[in-house]
Amino acid sequence: MKSNDTLERVANMIAEFRDIDAAAITGETTFEDLGFDSLDTVELVMAFEDKFGISIEVNQDLKTIGDVVDMIDKLVE
Amino acid sequence: MSLKITGTGKACPEFILTNSDLTELVDTSDEWITSRTGIKTRYISTDETLLDIAVKAAKEALTRSGIEPGDLDLIICSTMQGDFITPSLACQIQKEIGAECPAFDMNGACTGFIYAIDVAKSYFDAGRAINILIVAAEQMSKLLDWKDRETCVLFGDGAGAAVFSKGTGLLAIKITAKGDDKLLTIPGTSGNSPFWTGSREDSFLHMQGKEVFKFAVNAMCRDIEDALDQAGITMKEVKKVIPHQANMRIIKAASERFGITDDQLAVGIDRYGNTSSASIPILLCELMESGELREGDIVVLSAFGGGLTSGACIIKI
Repeated sequence: MKSNDTLERVANMIAEFRDIDAAAITGETTFEDLGFDSLDTVELVMAFEDKFGISIEVNQDLKTIGDVVDMIDKLVE
Repeated sequence: MSLKITGTGKACPEFILTNSDLTELVDTSDEWITSRTGIKTRYISTDETLLDIAVKAAKEALTRSGIEPGDLDLIICSTMQGDFITPSLACQIQKEIGAECPAFDMNGACTGFIYAIDVAKSYFDAGRAINILIVAAEQMSKLLDWKDRETCVLFGDGAGAAVFSKGTGLLAIKITAKGDDKLLTIPGTSGNSPFWTGSREDSFLHMQGKEVFKFAVNAMCRDIEDALDQAGITMKEVKKVIPHQANMRIIKAASERFGITDDQLAVGIDRYGNTSSASIPILLCELMESGELREGDIVVLSAFGGGLTSGACIIKI
């Protein structure tokens, strides 16, 4: 999967999760920028796990949306 | 299947610890605790033993059930640590209430109450019991590092009890374990053996919150779904869902996935914090006392916790 596709899918899911404009989300956007606390991030990660059929370790540092996109791309390969 | 609830009881220590009290102990705030956990206050032991509150809950459950202590066939106590390593809390309770039946403790961590119901079911199914007392009692305040702001704000002390009698109220039950000694642990006592060369850790609770959060939401969803299937009913037929009260965000995340309405959902985390295995029977008792649960109503109990363990059951009151 190309990471641009992944980014788009991830951005759309985030937009759905919290009423945010998907177009405003880039790889550099941090969860903090979006006003997410650590448990929001976990809930999102769980949604990504379901969507992409993977298991993401949440104890590691996932700061930006790009971090998550990279992680997803690595795991679905 | 096999059993029905005939009486419930609960008890907590007197002292109520607020979030603002906690700001004097550790670097935290009411806003931080409330938004991440839903907890406002919790009961913490000062001079009460665990036996004190366990017996109070047990006696209340017995009185309401109308069953004499002498008519009990078994006492199961769910606790992670009683006042003594031996005797068991269950044996102490047996003495205090004047029962004569066998009694033992079991440790299913936060899932302990469901585990105990599963054991009770087996006793009823095997024809070995008519009346069983289950007491879930936890003194989490003794297992916490009160300098760790990540964990000491989360828990409270409390006891919940229920008398079960032979009946047909248990519609489904499921328990699970997924052994793990990293995500949620409380090291045991290390003693003072001069020969021991291994580590001597403090007996404090440690938790990798984010991974536990994931486990909890997934376990709750899977267990409730399996239990509903087993019972052959839908969530619409359920009057109340009593999830283990660990974190409001866990409860909400699982409820949303399941379409559990606010009216169906039992919540006590705001007033009790996480009382481990006592959290479900405390709320069960509240709902029976208030009349929100009446004869014929269907209640779903769902728990998850250290072990890692999880479980769910469905009972028709």
